[in-house]
Amino acid sequence: MSEAARPLVTTRPDDSGIAARIEGSAIGDSVYRWMTTGFALCIPILLLFIALEVGAAAWPALKAFGFGFLTSSEWDPPHNIFGAAPAIYGTIVSSIIALVIATPLALGVAIFLSEFAPSWLRQPVAFLVDLLAAIPSVVYGLWGIFVLQPLLRDHVMPFLSGLPLIGQTSVFEGPAYGPSMLSAGLILAIMVLPFISAVSREVLMAVPRSQREAALALGATKWEMIADAVVPYARSGIVGGIILGLGRALGETMAVTMLIGNVHKISASLFAPGYTMASLIANEFAEATGDLHISALMAVGAVLFVVTLIVNGLARWLVWRVSRETRS
Amino acid sequence: MATEPPRAPRPTATVAPPAAAGAERIRLEATALSAFFASAEAVRGVSITFRDREVTAIIGPSGCGKSTLLRCLNRMHETVPTARVSGTVSLDGQDIYARGINAIEVRRHVGMVFQRPTPFPTMSIRDNVAAGLQILGRDKPSRAETDHIVEDALKRTALWDEVSTRLKDSAVGLSGGQQQRLCIARALATRPAVLLLDEPTASLDPISTQKVEELVYELRRDMTVVIVTHNMQQAARVSDRTAFMLTGELVEFTATNTLFTTPSDARTEAYITGRFG
Amino acid sequence: MTLTNPPHGPVSPPRPPVRTARPSVMQRAAAERTRTTIGRRRIVNVVMVGVTCGAALVATLPLVFILAHLLKAGASSINWDFFTQIPKPPGEAGGGMANAMVGTLVLILAASAFGLPIGIGAGLYLAENRGTHLANAVRFLSDVLNGLPSIVMGIFAWQFLVKPMGKFTALAGGIALGAMMIPLVTRTTEEMIRIVPVSLREAALALGYSRWRTSLIVVLRTALPGIVTGALVAVSRIAGETAPLLFTVLGNQFWSASLREPIAALPLQIFNFAISPYDQQHALAWAGALVLIGIVLIISLAARFATRSRFGRGGD
Repeated sequence: MSEAARPLVTTRPDDSGIAARIEGSAIGDSVYRWMTTGFALCIPILLLFIALEVGAAAWPALKAFGFGFLTSSEWDPPHNIFGAAPAIYGTIVSSIIALVIATPLALGVAIFLSEFAPSWLRQPVAFLVDLLAAIPSVVYGLWGIFVLQPLLRDHVMPFLSGLPLIGQTSVFEGPAYGPSMLSAGLILAIMVLPFISAVSREVLMAVPRSQREAALALGATKWEMIADAVVPYARSGIVGGIILGLGRALGETMAVTMLIGNVHKISASLFAPGYTMASLIANEFAEATGDLHISALMAVGAVLFVVTLIVNGLARWLVWRVSRETRS
Repeated sequence: MATEPPRAPRPTATVAPPAAAGAERIRLEATALSAFFASAEAVRGVSITFRDREVTAIIGPSGCGKSTLLRCLNRMHETVPTARVSGTVSLDGQDIYARGINAIEVRRHVGMVFQRPTPFPTMSIRDNVAAGLQILGRDKPSRAETDHIVEDALKRTALWDEVSTRLKDSAVGLSGGQQQRLCIARALATRPAVLLLDEPTASLDPISTQKVEELVYELRRDMTVVIVTHNMQQAARVSDRTAFMLTGELVEFTATNTLFTTPSDARTEAYITGRFG
Repeated sequence: MTLTNPPHGPVSPPRPPVRTARPSVMQRAAAERTRTTIGRRRIVNVVMVGVTCGAALVATLPLVFILAHLLKAGASSINWDFFTQIPKPPGEAGGGMANAMVGTLVLILAASAFGLPIGIGAGLYLAENRGTHLANAVRFLSDVLNGLPSIVMGIFAWQFLVKPMGKFTALAGGIALGAMMIPLVTRTTEEMIRIVPVSLREAALALGYSRWRTSLIVVLRTALPGIVTGALVAVSRIAGETAPLLFTVLGNQFWSASLREPIAALPLQIFNFAISPYDQQHALAWAGALVLIGIVLIISLAARFATRSRFGRGGD
């Protein structure tokens, strides 16, 4: 072979053969594999750690109170008696309020954006709605304290209790000082809306054209097409989005702590203050008196962990199922 | 030699036509090579030789296994999960599938150019061409040597005049034909013993195609070239020997002239006369 | 079926009247019914467009209100002092949140040091081992980690780091925040790596690149802009988190950048000032919130802009 064509590599095939340089590439590949696998395993390991640490810290309280921990309303740190029922009740009620208010709005936005809005409007409005998710919780809380709550206290609550018939029920009774289940639920609604809206928008846009065209060909109006063909098809995805919103509402801490009043009480009235599991931990942990108190708070955290696990798992499964169906 | 049949005018070359068959030694040889994707056999017991300073073309209808065969020659086939190979492939007498042989070493001696140009988008033109040199470990050339090699490779692929002033620019800014020639330069920079080309002009315009064909014809001066193509005229233009494959089998393998004028197998004749394709 | 019994459900357009005779009374009645049905349905359609449009309006209102109020209440307190001074004791005028901003920066760095390598490494693993059981499990668990309430992250960090160490530290907060970054970074890294075409990998392998070199030097480098964007988005999310910091970093009224001491943080400081009884601290809280939202918004916009131009060049 000519000089110019001599291979650069010293292990020329015609003299020393293609020697196996096991060092270098093979070792590099093994190290790389081990490292990426190791990093990937960090995630399950981290979750395991979280579960173990919180669980172990919660165990003394759970052992001391048993199932009653979830049903008792007595929370008396000096006497080491703890019952998380008000916090659980408050979490459920505030989340329900949030979902009841946010879901129709979110669906309306999603339908508007995916079906009615002209394309130039779609991006900006979607962006604005999604931006709600980027606002930190503490900023919501700040705005809630100084803007939303006075508004509720001075205008909305008197209006609600002044309504004929339903204004007299226990739901709207009691003094309206500001911190209340209603204000917490309302701020949660705003915080949860972008999540429900984003997921709903996605599943609605993923509904195949054939479904829409079939309805239109039968003579349906646009709205009928949406209500009868598109939304039912996307139903499980939308439900998944709602449950996802629920998951977020359950775990929301700062804004709720700043608005709910932080009182261990179960009240029927929406005007009364209360507690949620997350805000209970946030409020009392720093000044917890004694090990059992801390353990009780850890137990609340453990309950919160499990509940959000189940709810989020359910949401993911629903959304995943829809994406699988539309793909096939 | 047999009377030359009329064919498209050869690109001007300064190289003498190849000597009589048998004069050049065999550099790459496949023996009873079979390639599988899981249980599907894509290449069936193919035995074929590739000689030094020759261009060998492999033609056949799509799905006949020609690309798979090519990819077995530099151990790229095994990068696909569930891929399997049986039989041997020898490079200068060494079985590249033998135990203890590192596929990476094989690929440094057997270069490949793909159908679609794939310059590395984050590297400049110069770094793209030098990409194969950066991994040579203790054989890695110095900066000055690398620059020299890059210039050399770009000149061979007729790119030097077009890019010499913008070697630091991103490779993505080149046209499709230029990018493909860049990929060929990149493969040539490591001075492989064998160059494999998998339908290199399939996505190029006619002018770029012609430039690449001229290049391929020239490369026979100092290396073994194997080119897979679905374009029979291209095979006729650039190659010395041609192999015809059908459903994984090697049907006929002979001098290009002979295959296109007096093929011995009926299937070959049916293919080259366009009765199927 | 006769004209006296029009079918229910989707209504077919009324048949044109027979030319040879005047339309019968019954035919005219049926046509009239259909017209009103269609008319009513059209009205419903328009109303629903209005309703959904109204929903969109109502949904964007809180954002507008919040931003407007932030500007109104916070802008006046933004001055040079705000960015350079630490808070003054309550009752005294002036002061700023400089230590909180520094603290947030320190926390972001600590969180990134923990969360980025794991997130990028896991993302690489998921992208290159799709379909394996471990990859599917890790992906699912990453989503689970993402949905974990931030307060749970905080009590975990307390139990795991603060309690054994016996004191509140910036490190504990950094770990909690880093753990929250991991799922976000993992997901965007996986997506960005998957977008890199297989042909690029093959070109590198054919040149003689080993697998690790192909992954790191060719694929990762190509996907890097997208990964960096994802990392920035994750950072903007954790920059505003307060709950994990409540009992890990505690907050600090003075200058501190040490990982082994309590540290101030912007969202934490905003919280403390918001619930304090002093007006002057409320004003600082508004200013802090404005700065925080400004940072978050800028990063969100930048990320959106970056990914939009990427897809403009023909992404998937």
